[in-house]
Amino acid sequence: MSLLLAGAYAPSESLLDSFDGVLVPTLLKIAFITVMFLVVPLVGGYLEHKGMARLQARRGPVEAGPAGSLQLVADGIKFIQKEDIIPRAADRRVFALAPGLALVPTLLTFAVIPLGPGLFALDLELGLFYALAISSVSVLGVMMAGWASANKFSLIGGLRAAAQLIAYELPLILVAATVALQAGTLSLVGIVEAQQAFEVPGLGINLWYVFPQVLGFGIFFVAALAELSRPPFDMPIGDSELVFGYMTEYTGIKFAMFLLTEYAGMIVMSALMTVLFLGGWQPLPGVDLPDGLLGTFLGAGVTLGKVMLLVFMMVWIRVAYPRLREDQLQRISWTVLVPLSLLNLAVVAVGKVVVQ
Amino acid sequence: MSDLDTRERVLQGTAPGEGLAIELIGDGDLVTADMSLSIGPAHPATHGVFRIVFEMDGERIVRARPVIGYMHRGFEKLAEHRDYRQIMALVNRHDWLSGFANELGVALAVEQMLEMEVPERAQWIRMLMAEWNRVLNHLMFIGSYALELGAITPMFYAFREREDIQHLLEAATGGRLHFTYNQVGGVKIDLPAGFLRESERLVGVMRQRMPDYFDLVHGNEIFRGRTVNVGPLPVDVATSIGVTGPALQATGLAEDARVTEPYLQYDKVEVEVPVGANGDAFDRFDVLLRRIVASIDVIDQIHGHIGAGPVNQKLPKMVKAPEGWTYVRTENPLGQLGYWLESDGGRTPWRLKMRTPSFSNVQAIPYLVEGQLLADAISILGSVFFVVGDIDR
Repeated sequence: MSLLLAGAYAPSESLLDSFDGVLVPTLLKIAFITVMFLVVPLVGGYLEHKGMARLQARRGPVEAGPAGSLQLVADGIKFIQKEDIIPRAADRRVFALAPGLALVPTLLTFAVIPLGPGLFALDLELGLFYALAISSVSVLGVMMAGWASANKFSLIGGLRAAAQLIAYELPLILVAATVALQAGTLSLVGIVEAQQAFEVPGLGINLWYVFPQVLGFGIFFVAALAELSRPPFDMPIGDSELVFGYMTEYTGIKFAMFLLTEYAGMIVMSALMTVLFLGGWQPLPGVDLPDGLLGTFLGAGVTLGKVMLLVFMMVWIRVAYPRLREDQLQRISWTVLVPLSLLNLAVVAVGKVVVQ
Repeated sequence: MSDLDTRERVLQGTAPGEGLAIELIGDGDLVTADMSLSIGPAHPATHGVFRIVFEMDGERIVRARPVIGYMHRGFEKLAEHRDYRQIMALVNRHDWLSGFANELGVALAVEQMLEMEVPERAQWIRMLMAEWNRVLNHLMFIGSYALELGAITPMFYAFREREDIQHLLEAATGGRLHFTYNQVGGVKIDLPAGFLRESERLVGVMRQRMPDYFDLVHGNEIFRGRTVNVGPLPVDVATSIGVTGPALQATGLAEDARVTEPYLQYDKVEVEVPVGANGDAFDRFDVLLRRIVASIDVIDQIHGHIGAGPVNQKLPKMVKAPEGWTYVRTENPLGQLGYWLESDGGRTPWRLKMRTPSFSNVQAIPYLVEGQLLADAISILGSVFFVVGDIDR
C-alpha cells in the first residue's frame, strides 16, 4: 500500500477532503462510493432494459415505477425474498464466498474513478494500475463459483471465464499502458488533466486520446467486453450451452450479487474508457468547465453521460451479435488484439519521442 | 497399460520432423478422465425435453448419445381408438409447429383409401394453409436457432411476423397452433371474407422483411464464424440415415415431396427447391431462409389459382376407410412426413404409423457432433431443426 500512496507524486485535492477533521471526509467518501456502486449500475441496468427492448421491437418494463424505472429495485426486492439454496454437493464455504469475492473488487475500483474535477474518493499515483489490478480479482470469485457449485455446467463456465481473463488482460493492460505513456502519469485524475492539455503538435487543437489512439480505444472496448463476459463474449454464461454457466446453482441474493457485479463492472469499464480516452469530465475537446461547484456537478454529469453512452454501446452489441466460440475468442485475442495493441504502443511511444 | 507405457508409446511414435504428438492420456499424477455431460431433458438448447448425453474430453465431445422418449404420448396407439375426425385433432399435436401440415397427411391418406375426389377449391385452400404453416414454422426456427447461438434479437423479429400470420390463419381456422381445419373430403369451412386480400398483403410484408433476416443473421460475421463448416453432413450419410427437409436439401440434394411426388395441386405451381453445398450448419440455415422465400412465391401463385366452388363434401355419419392400406408422404416444414394407414374397414384405423421428419433427422446428431466442441454441438443441435414432440410422438 505504501507503494500506492507514497512517492514524489502530489495527488490532486478531492473536494470531499475540504471538510475539517477525519470523520466527515471519510463518511462522505464512503457515501460517494456507495452511491456510485448502488445507483449508477441501476441506471445502467435500466438503460439496458429499455434500450434492448426498443432495439427488439418491445417496450421493456413499464409497470414498476414511472416508465418501469424501478424494475431493477423490484427485482432486487424479489431476489432478497427468494430461498437461498445451496446444493448438497457444493463446497459450502467457497460457494457462499464466491459472489462476495466477485462483487467487492468492483466496489473497490470505484474508489479511484473521478467523476468531476475534485469529485473522487482517492487520487492514487498508480490509480490506473490499481483499477486494473483490483478489477481482475473478480474472476477469482467466478472461478470459485464454478468450482464450488459441484455442477458440470458451472465448472465449464468457470474455466471458460478463467481462460478468457488470461487472454484479454494482456491487450487491456497494453492499451492502458499506452495511454499512461502518452499522459505521462498513471493517476486517473492526471490522465484526464493531461488530455485537457494535449494538443495536436503544430496545430494547437485540443484533442482527446481517442483520436490519436482510436485503435487502442477499439481494443480496450473489445477487451472490456470480454473481461466482463458481455455478449458476444458471454461464453462463461452461455445460456444456450451452459444453462447459466457459473451462476447456474445460485439463487436469491447471491445470484443478485453476481448480477450487480456485471452491471457495476459495465459502469467501471465504461468509466475507465471515459477517463482514458474520452476526456473524462471535459464536455468537448477544447471546451472547459466553469470553475467552482457548478463545474464539478456539470463535470459529473458529463462523465456519467459518456459512461451511459458506452453502456448503451455494450447493449447495442449484445442485441446485434451472436456469441463467439471460446477458441475463436482466444484466436482473436492472441493473433489480432495483442499484436495490434503492441503496434499501438510502439506508434504512440515513437510519436511521443518525435514530438518532444 | 500403465501411464508410463503410454508416454513411451507417444514419444516413440513420433518420427523426426513430424513434431511431437501431443496426446496426453495421463501423466501419473493428474489423470484426466472423460466427463459425461447430460444436456437435457430440461436444457435451454433442446427446446423441449430432448436429452443428449455427451462424453466429453474437456470441451470436446468424444461420444454423443441421444436419449429420446421423455415426451412419448402414444399417438400411434391413441389413433387406433379415434375415428378419422378425431385423428385430425390428434395429429396436429405431434409437431406442434406444423399442425396444418400434419392434418393434411392424414386427410390425404383417408381420401386415398376412399378414392375420394376433393373439390379443387379445397385443394388450393389446403395448399395455401400448408405454405403459410411452413412459413410460420421456419420463422420459429430462425428465431430459436439464432437464440442458440446467443443472438437474442431475431427471435423477437420472427415473432412479430409470426403474429401477423397467426392472425391470418386464426381468422380462417379459429386456431393458432392446432388448426384442425382439414377434414376428410376438404376443409372444415370456407375462407372468411377478405382472407385472400390479407394473405396477399402479408406476402408483400414478408417479401419486404425477408432481406432483414438475410442481413441480420446471414451476413453477420460472428454468425458465419459459428456455422460455416460446422457439422457438415455428406449427402450419402444423410440419405442412409433418412434425413429429409432443409437438412437434406442443405447437402445438395433437391429432394422435396412437393416436386418429386406432387400431391394436391403442387404440379400446377412452380416450387423452387433451394439446395446448399456443404451440408454444414450455415447451409442448413441458409436453406431454411430460402425455403421461406420459396414458400412465399408459392403462396403468391396460389392466390391466382383459387377459384369458386365448394370446399368440402357431404360425408356419411361415420367415415369408414375400406379394408387395405396406404402410405402418404407430404413435405412437412421439417422434412418428409409419412403416414402409413391400415384399416380393417372399421371406424378407426387398425394401425397408423407415423414417419416423422424430426425423428429421422435427429438420428444424424451423433454422427455430426462427435469430435466437436460443446459450443459447436449446440450449434449443430439447433441446425438440424427438430420438434421434440415430433420425435417422441
